[in-house]
Amino acid sequence: MLNKSNKTDVIVVGAGPAGIACAITLARAGKEVVLIERGLFAGSKNVFGGAIYTKPTKEIFPNFEQEAPLERRNITHNFMILGEEDSTSIAYRKEGNESYSVIRGKFDRWMAQKAKEAGVILVEQTVVRELIKNGTKVVGVKTELEDYFADIIVLADGINSLLAKQIKLRKEIEPKDVALSVKEVIKLDKDIINQRFNIKDDEGVIGEIFGGSMLGILGLGFLYTNKDSVTIGLGVTLDDLVENNYRPFEVLEKLKQHPTIAPLIEGGTLKEYSAHLIPEGGYKKVPKLCDDGVMIVGDAAMLVNNLHWEGTNLAMMSGKLAAQTAIEAFEKGNFSRKTLKNYEKKLQKSFIMKDLKTYRKLMPIAHERKKAFMGYYLKKINSFFEMFTSVDGTPKKENYRKFIKSIFTDRKFGELCKDVWALIRLVWSILI
Amino acid sequence: MNLDQKLYTVKYTPDEESHLNPDQSKCKNCVSRNCTYICPAGVYEWNEEKQELIINFENCLECGACRIACEHKCIDWKYPKGTKGVTFKQG
Repeated sequence: MLNKSNKTDVIVVGAGPAGIACAITLARAGKEVVLIERGLFAGSKNVFGGAIYTKPTKEIFPNFEQEAPLERRNITHNFMILGEEDSTSIAYRKEGNESYSVIRGKFDRWMAQKAKEAGVILVEQTVVRELIKNGTKVVGVKTELEDYFADIIVLADGINSLLAKQIKLRKEIEPKDVALSVKEVIKLDKDIINQRFNIKDDEGVIGEIFGGSMLGILGLGFLYTNKDSVTIGLGVTLDDLVENNYRPFEVLEKLKQHPTIAPLIEGGTLKEYSAHLIPEGGYKKVPKLCDDGVMIVGDAAMLVNNLHWEGTNLAMMSGKLAAQTAIEAFEKGNFSRKTLKNYEKKLQKSFIMKDLKTYRKLMPIAHERKKAFMGYYLKKINSFFEMFTSVDGTPKKENYRKFIKSIFTDRKFGELCKDVWALIRLVWSILI
Repeated sequence: MNLDQKLYTVKYTPDEESHLNPDQSKCKNCVSRNCTYICPAGVYEWNEEKQELIINFENCLECGACRIACEHKCIDWKYPKGTKGVTFKQG
């Protein structure tokens, strides 16, 4: 479809949610778009926790709820705080369709098919090795076979974005700014899933897991129900794995054996094991988002709101905003950094950068106080409920006093003050 | 469940040559050898006898953690060729 010079309007590198959302928005506006994907098919190199969000997905695919391969409609968020052996959970349940669990190998492939139907030229099994520059402007991409050229190149090449690094839009990632995630999809009978999670056929549960095998380190676990499988996984910041000499799959294996988790996956067989990096740097680690002829979207731009388990929605919306900026650039006939800066402005005005800014202090403070907030206090919440539920003839007043006293004997007064101060700083930074 | 059993569930189309190439001269003197335990696929193993890293690149899940965790930043890390490497079906 391309002319002999291999020149098109826009090249998008990477067919994940960000790249596809960008490509389809451009194609719908009549632009010629080449979407290059390194995997055998779109979705084959992609891994995530488990949920896509209805509202942002609808903005790109209005009928996805009827058409897309979805697993289950999530109606429960179960926050599980695990001690060494015990656990305390709060589950929020509400009928609705806020999010769906999906399998990326199916869902991304469906999105890519939709993009093709809209006119996007999808080139799979092709790795972009480097960007081609003419002076300061990015003008094309070098693949293993051919060079392709375009007025605008959009980098949606994921967390590792070697391309953003090549043109120095992104610095080398530090171990504290990414989490390494490992997950397992475990096959279980549909009826067993429904019984164990108290749901019907199409209903799903999201589990957000704190502590357990991740006590004292910056890590969170996740659990999602699919049609006939359960996804269990966790993400731990890379610097914590390094400092503690942890093997990620052993941390996951230990989590799976926790008395609260084990019964949920008991009797299942492993369908697939996978791993992926998650951007965790937050607002301050968002790279330069554009340059002459180029924009960065999704994970490549480190757009993840880790506290809320949001990523695919930020990816899709950033892809859409980059596409809108590109469309304006074509109207002006100008693809310079100055024009593409509008993408950055659009991001700043959207929930994406607003939310990242809200949580700008979260990760620095979490790193500082992880032993307390991800370790000690999680255990303490459990020991409170252990005390509260114990029936051993000890007068309750004594129990309460003993519990309160224990906080002051467990932790030095200075440390307690630091904990409170960290909490105040965090809440202040979020609200003000 | 051990790592081999986990990796057995992953579909690979291995390439003949490695897409992971650490600078072995630096690995020799590396104290931490982070890559030998943080890798979710156990790709890197230290061979004491040969004094070099064994690289089971065909097991690589392409996450990129080794590149970032490497103390010397000495792993030349590329994506495998377009038709090669891991194919996730359940990601």
